[in-house]
Amino acid sequence: MAAPKGQVPAIMKQAGHAPWLYLAPALLIMLFFVVYPTVNTIYLSFLDTEGEQSAAITCQEGQPCWGVLENYRHALTDETMLLAFRNNLLWIILMVPGTTILGLIIAVLVDRIKQEALAKAVIFMPMAISFVGASIIWNYIYDFQSQGEQTGLLNAIATTLGFNPVPWTTTGPWVNNIALIIVGVWMWTGFCMTILSAALKGVPGELLEAARVDGANEWTVFWKILVPIISPTIVVVLTTMTVNVLKIFDIVYVMGKGQPGTQVIATRMYIEQFNKFNSGISSAIAVVLILAVLPIGYINVRRFREQEAMR
Amino acid sequence: MNGQNKPALGKFFLYAVVIILCLLWITPTVGLLVTSLRPRQDVVETGWWKAFAPRKAVGQDVYEKHLAPYYGPDGKAVEGVDLSDPELIGQFRRSIALTAFLREQIEKGNLQLEEMPDPQEMADLLTYLRRLSGAESAASRPRFTANNYVDAVVGYSGRANYIESCVEGNPDEDDACLGTGLTSERGMATAFLNSLWVSIPATILPILVASFAAYAFSWLEFKGRQWLFVILVALQIVPLQMTLIPIYRVYAKVGLTGTFLGVWLFHTGFGLPYAIYLMRNFLGSLPKDIFESAYLDGASHWTAFYKLAIPLSVPALASLAIFQFLWIWNDLLVALVFLGGQTPVLTWQISNLVGRFTGMHLLTAAAFISMILPMIVFFGMQRFFVRGLMAGAVKG
Repeated sequence: MAAPKGQVPAIMKQAGHAPWLYLAPALLIMLFFVVYPTVNTIYLSFLDTEGEQSAAITCQEGQPCWGVLENYRHALTDETMLLAFRNNLLWIILMVPGTTILGLIIAVLVDRIKQEALAKAVIFMPMAISFVGASIIWNYIYDFQSQGEQTGLLNAIATTLGFNPVPWTTTGPWVNNIALIIVGVWMWTGFCMTILSAALKGVPGELLEAARVDGANEWTVFWKILVPIISPTIVVVLTTMTVNVLKIFDIVYVMGKGQPGTQVIATRMYIEQFNKFNSGISSAIAVVLILAVLPIGYINVRRFREQEAMR
Repeated sequence: MNGQNKPALGKFFLYAVVIILCLLWITPTVGLLVTSLRPRQDVVETGWWKAFAPRKAVGQDVYEKHLAPYYGPDGKAVEGVDLSDPELIGQFRRSIALTAFLREQIEKGNLQLEEMPDPQEMADLLTYLRRLSGAESAASRPRFTANNYVDAVVGYSGRANYIESCVEGNPDEDDACLGTGLTSERGMATAFLNSLWVSIPATILPILVASFAAYAFSWLEFKGRQWLFVILVALQIVPLQMTLIPIYRVYAKVGLTGTFLGVWLFHTGFGLPYAIYLMRNFLGSLPKDIFESAYLDGASHWTAFYKLAIPLSVPALASLAIFQFLWIWNDLLVALVFLGGQTPVLTWQISNLVGRFTGMHLLTAAAFISMILPMIVFFGMQRFFVRGLMAGAVKG
């Protein structure tokens, strides 16, 4: 009965051209909307601003020149790009572990209380809010008045405690970035929590009971039993979040608008394209972004193939 | 090792941590909701957490600085001019009348001013005098109001509020009343309908297309099946911003820019990789016996697809639909590039308000209007939501 490879029963193999009929709409749409733009972008990344001649003609005398890779010189060495790389790195360092660890802690904690569904709904809720909405919401937390009464909660607390108010979203180089990252953590922790919580539910209860009977405390149970068992899921969450954070755009674009100090790779790409109309540089940045995400894509594909081999 | 008093303390600690975390998470949203219901003056003056705190009397500082030395703290110090008399104060309908009155008082020698208060201070002063005299009770400005919502829905951009100046007042004299109403292009009502009209087809279309493809990947045998699927999974990493320009150029040539069809198709293209991935995970995990017996009974692929696969995958379809719907409803970028201001959707309308400095009180109401539907969808279909996340991320 069991097919040696894959799960398709032998009787269904005489499909003829039927598979392609089912696949055609999806393949055609993806070819146009995803594959074509990708190829087009790679091509444009070697051309000038107009997309007509080699990027080499944009080289200026006395300046370093990478020839046809000139756009990549900008994408990899320009000051604004180095700043974007640094900020993106900061996002990854803080947001990926931040959402994963918080999500795991919350998942473990709410697992033990009766109001689990309610608590989870509260944590997950920001996922249902648009970035534009979130930026307005957080304005009432970060708002800064140079004089008079503070209308932002954080500064109201700060002044009550006797500190000077801080313009959180414009104080560089760290405070503004961290303020934006906190919004990101607020929005995405629910996602991590939901996945990790579902994985925790899959851990057999007897296993935990046995350990507790043997005298293990909750700390040991968590580290020696729960974490190792759900580690594949933790890896999934970490990789998914890393991709999300590498591509982070909306929060920075809407909340950090106009501030060079908070730019990330995706917003740089957008600015080059839509504000400076420099398709060559924008495309090169896009290719750099894809290359940065590629290793994680590879990990995901490998994981998928391992799963397929097991079914 | 199992002390009997330990669980109680542990339980208390557990609840305390969970409650603190939940409060931290919900506080920003509560702030928005409270702000959206406050009168515009309050929003500017005080933080939302002071919605119930006693208000500082507007104009009190102006009164104390300029008038109190002459008229006394209660306004009765000058004989014959009683500032606490509601009839006298009631005569001043606008602050300009108060200015004239004060000039007169200076001429009479009742009052000496180094400089006249500026118009804003004068208005505040009048407000204070009205309250002092009892011509207007302190309760006249409510702590909470629905005006922000009304103004946001009709796209009112004036200084007062829509109900007062356009419905009860004389609309012809006020620019802000022109073009406002439920069908106003600047209003949230129109944007809400546009958002719906973008989101619903753009949710159904990719799910339909993905279901076909996922069926082929799960239950049909063809050459390159594994590889094609791996490529599709990998395409999830393509950043959306990158594809906007090439697509925009093609759209411009074929006349799809600014059309709903263009947006639907774009969202379909971008929703597909994940939708196929998720549907394939779900369809592939269905027991193969049922498909096998269906074929043995002579069912065609089409019958197996729409009589077996589709009905069985309702949970996955529902969760996918929720995801796709939330994603499109909350999207700004695609709407910005392909629809722009001619057919504004909610997110576009709000971000446009941000740029116009029409006042934060309107923005908060607008933001909340945009959140209502996602919240209903999210809380109403939470079970599916969780299941969808699971199918996509951890194959169980």
